[in-house]
Amino acid sequence: MSLKIVVLAKQVPDTRCVGKDAMNADGTINRSALPAIFNPEDLNALEQALRLKDTHPGSTVTMLTMGPGRAAEIIREGLYRGADGGYLLTDRAFAGADTLATSYALATAIRKIGEYDVIIGGRQAIDGDTAQVGPQVAEKLGLPQITYVEEIEEVAGGRIRVKRHIDGGVETVEGPLPIVLTVNGSAAPCRPRNAKLVMKYKRAMGGQEKAALAKEGKELAYADLYEKRPYLNITEWSVADVDGDTAQCGLSGSPTKVKKIENIVFQAKESKTITGSDADVENLIVELLANHTIG
Amino acid sequence: MNNVFVYCEMEGTHVADVSLELLTKGRKLASELGCQLEAVCAGSGLADVEKQVLPFGVDRVHVFDAPGLFPYTSLPHTSILVNLFKQEKPQICLMGATVIGRDLGPRVSSALTSGLTADCTQLEIGDHEDKKNGVTYKNLLYQIRPAFGGNIVATIVNPEHRPQMATVREGVMKKEILDENYQGEVIRHDVEKFVPETDYVVKVIDRHVEKAKHNLKGAPIVVAGGYGMGSKEGFDMLFELAKELHAEVGGSRAAVDAGFCDHDRQIGQTGVTVHPKLYIACGISGQIQHIAGMQDAGIIISVNNDPNAPINSIADYVINGTVEEVIPKMIKYYKKNSK
Repeated sequence: MSLKIVVLAKQVPDTRCVGKDAMNADGTINRSALPAIFNPEDLNALEQALRLKDTHPGSTVTMLTMGPGRAAEIIREGLYRGADGGYLLTDRAFAGADTLATSYALATAIRKIGEYDVIIGGRQAIDGDTAQVGPQVAEKLGLPQITYVEEIEEVAGGRIRVKRHIDGGVETVEGPLPIVLTVNGSAAPCRPRNAKLVMKYKRAMGGQEKAALAKEGKELAYADLYEKRPYLNITEWSVADVDGDTAQCGLSGSPTKVKKIENIVFQAKESKTITGSDADVENLIVELLANHTIG
Repeated sequence: MNNVFVYCEMEGTHVADVSLELLTKGRKLASELGCQLEAVCAGSGLADVEKQVLPFGVDRVHVFDAPGLFPYTSLPHTSILVNLFKQEKPQICLMGATVIGRDLGPRVSSALTSGLTADCTQLEIGDHEDKKNGVTYKNLLYQIRPAFGGNIVATIVNPEHRPQMATVREGVMKKEILDENYQGEVIRHDVEKFVPETDYVVKVIDRHVEKAKHNLKGAPIVVAGGYGMGSKEGFDMLFELAKELHAEVGGSRAAVDAGFCDHDRQIGQTGVTVHPKLYIACGISGQIQHIAGMQDAGIIISVNNDPNAPINSIADYVINGTVEEVIPKMIKYYKKNSK
């Protein structure tokens, strides 16, 4: 049985390497100080998708992401590892979306893709840590969902069996296709890029990326390349392309509003600073023993 | 109408601790808003489940008892909340930021087009002025959470949509019985009226739940390591110190991500919240998300070779030195002086 698989992936600022210049003086985020990366758990999801493709010949893996023009990088990274194609949802009207408006946009794009058996993404993105988009996409499409997936064990007879994490344990769960899955970071890591596929797709670009090059006055390497090799054109979709309702997208489609953002200044305590010398450490231990904090 | 609802998570016939913590918080919010607190319990064999929740000051308990409702699967529990909320129109709905709450919450919020904020560390009631449209909203739920890798703290509101939904991790709120004899109404619903048969399509075919390997949440002394511990072997030193002190070992997210210690030992907003009398932070810089999980500790000792580590500002004692140098000395002098 061949499967149509859609991978949901997000380009995120790498919040794990936040330095002192990560915040602007006005409390907003200095995005240029943070590298943009493939959301780690979405890579785990991509691996599960590619494994399904390996074990079910004739299957296709389609990448779907939402973001600015440069997020076409996510599609390329998917292609380098074995995905068959992808779509970049990009439109100013999508900007400022909370999880609900994001899932609305993704769901309309998935409907536009039309055929799907398994929709799979990471459990959560490291810039928000909400884990909400997967289940919300499932609800919008009227599909069942299985979250916190560790491993897909089997797909047969229109049903899928997976192992998933629950609090303090594991569960084996079975459900019907089509279905939405979200994958845990503890699942198998993603395979590396395939050198042949990197050669094949390294010039794959979205329209905005090509336009950005043109703006810098750089010519495309081979002018007719993108006509001869249509697979190098990464499709960009606007709200109109997916028949979306602008009122449900971006900031206007987001029920949650950010009221306030603060840089927290901790209530500094009167702290006692000591050195790591033998005498200092011993004195502290003796003091803690004397007031029964330890011992 | 317009009440505060708490979804109570069931492990067998037992209401999860996190739900009891949220009932305690929900009671306070309801009293402040002058409305009632309602609890939803959905599972199997819930004959007298109300006895577990009423003492927390619950005014109405909605019980959904049917064989297919335990173990939890997404669709039936979603239908219960969505259909119940369409009738009852709550203003606030709280649930645990557990695997179940984080599976259920977003699905319910999507069906009701209401906003949901994950992993809140504080919930307060307050007003919100929308200056652009010149509208003031009274008594909204402030959903407060660290965001963006712990560099900022955001206050989120849902001005227009109801219910205002939030998830909260276990251990963040305090569990407190209001009155052992608190009287509330118990409503046993006909599950079939809420859940269509087609909702039972996902089957749990095997399930293993183990008792936690450690009691980090309740430990009186916690020894925690960060990225500064350098390696998994570096953490062995912490386990040795913890063994001496009868403490539990925890880790920062950076340490967990780097594979230095197990995921279930992560302390912080997206991990365990601890309330020990002594917290020894070793090689932890102290991002807000970490501090959110340990700031209630009685005494905080920070061992760090960076005198400007943020955690030092909330520490009672700062030991300025490398972990490799200081921790063996702590072990040595504890052994020497405790006997």
